[in-house]
Amino acid sequence: MEFFVAQLLTGLANASSLFLVACGLSLIFGVTRIVNFAHGSLYMLGAYIGYTLMQNLPGAVGFWGSILLAGIAVGIIGVLVEVLVLRPVYRAPELFQLVATFGVILVIQDLTLIIWGPEDLLGPRAPGLRGVYRIMGEPIPKYDIVLLVITPFIALALWYLITQTRVGVLVRAATQDREMVGALGVNQAVLFTGVFALGSALAGLGGALQLPKGGADLLMDFHILAPVFVVVVIGGMGSLPGAYLAAVIISVLNVFGVTYLPQSTLVLMFVVMVVVLMIRPYGLFGREEVAGEHGQVGEPELPIKPASNSVRMIVMAGLALLALLPVFGSSFAMVLTTDILIFCLFAASLHFLLGLGGLVSFGHAAYYGGGAYIAALLVTHANSPMEIAFLLAPLGAGLAALAIGWVCLRLTGVYFAMLTLAFAQLLWSLVFQWGSVTGGDDGLVNIWPSDWLNSTTAYFYFALLFSVGGILVLRHVAHSPFGYALRAARDSKRQAESTGINTQKVQLLAFGFAGFMGGLAGTLFVFSKGSVFPNELEIARSFDALIVVFLGGVKTLAGGVAGAAFFKGVEDLLTRFEYWRLVMGLLIIFVVIVAPQGIVGSIRKAAIRLNILKQGGQT
Amino acid sequence: MLEVENVNSFYGKAHVLRDLTLSVPHGNVVALLGRNGAGKTTTMKSIMQLVRPASGSILFNGNSIANLPPHKIAKLGVGYVPEERRIFTDLTVSENLLVGKQPPREGAVTWTEAMLFDLFPNLAERRSNRGKALSGGEQQMLTIARTLMGNPSFILLDEPSEGVAPVIVEQMAKVIQQLKSEGLTVLLSEQNLHFAQAVADLAVIIESGAQVYSGTLKELNAQPEIRDAYLAA
Repeated sequence: MEFFVAQLLTGLANASSLFLVACGLSLIFGVTRIVNFAHGSLYMLGAYIGYTLMQNLPGAVGFWGSILLAGIAVGIIGVLVEVLVLRPVYRAPELFQLVATFGVILVIQDLTLIIWGPEDLLGPRAPGLRGVYRIMGEPIPKYDIVLLVITPFIALALWYLITQTRVGVLVRAATQDREMVGALGVNQAVLFTGVFALGSALAGLGGALQLPKGGADLLMDFHILAPVFVVVVIGGMGSLPGAYLAAVIISVLNVFGVTYLPQSTLVLMFVVMVVVLMIRPYGLFGREEVAGEHGQVGEPELPIKPASNSVRMIVMAGLALLALLPVFGSSFAMVLTTDILIFCLFAASLHFLLGLGGLVSFGHAAYYGGGAYIAALLVTHANSPMEIAFLLAPLGAGLAALAIGWVCLRLTGVYFAMLTLAFAQLLWSLVFQWGSVTGGDDGLVNIWPSDWLNSTTAYFYFALLFSVGGILVLRHVAHSPFGYALRAARDSKRQAESTGINTQKVQLLAFGFAGFMGGLAGTLFVFSKGSVFPNELEIARSFDALIVVFLGGVKTLAGGVAGAAFFKGVEDLLTRFEYWRLVMGLLIIFVVIVAPQGIVGSIRKAAIRLNILKQGGQT
Repeated sequence: MLEVENVNSFYGKAHVLRDLTLSVPHGNVVALLGRNGAGKTTTMKSIMQLVRPASGSILFNGNSIANLPPHKIAKLGVGYVPEERRIFTDLTVSENLLVGKQPPREGAVTWTEAMLFDLFPNLAERRSNRGKALSGGEQQMLTIARTLMGNPSFILLDEPSEGVAPVIVEQMAKVIQQLKSEGLTVLLSEQNLHFAQAVADLAVIIESGAQVYSGTLKELNAQPEIRDAYLAA
């Protein structure tokens, strides 16, 4: 019993940061409709800034002052991000802003590395709160008690702000219909910036508050994202009490998990989330997402059409060039091109979901990495030959996608997106923690192709065949009746259904198909590298795919492929530099701002202007 | 007070307003009439810059308001009452009014919650109810009251009689007459000619986004052929 209470109290204390960060994310999303992926980065900055301040400000006043100042500093950084990066792209197609926040993540990662160095920082103890309190005989750190006492007060203050003040009323009104709020004389730009500042400050506060418990490191930005998404999804988007309750549930569960099921702590969180969503699809306190009803910008989707002859010629020429690469290219060029081809297929499979299906998956790495892992596991544990693995791994990834899709497709919009991310993280944690089978962090090695493909040139042709083949199949499906049905479901679910399309089934099949193709890319990948590590399943990998699809252009069929080729090429160039993330991040932000239609979309626009292409269709 | 000249507006590629010209003199209630799809709502939205006109000029009190963001137009004293009402359904009646609240404006009535509850007694009883709990008529009153909280000198009233009970329509007509007597200028879009006749001084008829008639309601009544040609029976 005593132990139980002690565990509960620790869980409550841990909930503090999680709650603050989740609240900030939820607040920002509610008003701006932006899922701020950089929220984890703001949290990380809060920790680092807090650390530096604590080094310089003495005593208890210095300690608590540092936390507060860190929150304010991160709030100001949030304003900078909003004004410089997001404001120029509010009118861009929905979700395009996401890519900009990816760029911010990369920039902040490298800036943090430059300023604070690569070593993990051990958080200072809170002055005067070094020891423990004995509660029912169990030692509880004093700082934990303080945390669990002040968190409800912060929650209360936020609740007061949101429910009892005019600012809060405006925030809630804008969450529902921001255009109308503007028409009533409220300057949306100021409101957006204010909300972004507040949300960012909460993230920074959360980062600084957890310093004595967790310190600061360069991975905390991504590590907090999954739990925060889980909390927001379980609690219900935009609900303060929901966020608090969910943060407590997840944190308490985690504390108990560490004690009783130490191998499955990461997995546990997602299991709970799935259970909650099965019972309450929009979270404990959430409401159905009605985004897009009013005040959404975005042009109607253009129809797509088969490539024109000139485009076909260009593609054929490109393919011929690729086929001749072994004649004139170095083996390095072939390896790089193989990487690019595989990545193109991966991106094309996500583009199929996103562009044609309107299904924004934040966790597409699950199927790419999943395919790679299935192949690797087959080779490692069943000694299966490459050919069998090539058959089974994409199928396995497709089946996994069907299963995950079945759960995720019960939800729509941002809930769907977050759920897909959570599932990808679930797979990642399974692989990461189940070391005896998957090798954990050490990965699986010695996964080489069969003898007949055991040369760079042979495998290059093999990858070329399957990547281009896969992409052509995806294109073909886009132009098939199934593709029409999928686009119909994207544009108007209700109308599609009334014409007799089973949208649920169509979308599920599309999800499975995209998973299959992602799995194929993963399988190609694992045999080209001979090994696979958990990072192929990471959030970062899913983001890579999202970035290239958006940068390439969501609304163009060729977008995914073009984006992937561009991105991989640039990445290869940039990763030679020490701070390539900084450059890459800035580049992404730059492209987002100057070319909100993506690369292909912008090229097409230019082509239309120059009368090379006719208006009205997509290629 | 409001001069709209040669305005062209598009929805995507659909050309909705074609060189639309109309003017609303100070202190008048002007009825903007026309069939469904004639472009009445687009006219309202174009004035408010919720739809950005591709060309043309819009002057309010002599100053151009084309290309201003909607909140600045509202700050100049233009109130907008949308056809779809767009009340904040998760907010209470009082909170909805609070969203609309703006500082007092010279030359316009300064409205308070209490004054609006006098004007719309039904809302007073429901001040703590959420928007979604209101009936259609109550929502329509709330959306007008919310706009009045901004102390406008001019309001755009988009089809206030649409989809509300006849009793409410009558009440609405009284409210508009009262607002007019307090000096408010109104551009009222309507399909209900009967309602327009009860409140408006002038009429503008549009068809396919272009003006086809402008004059007093009296003159319009004397020309039934125009009525029959451009307005639904």
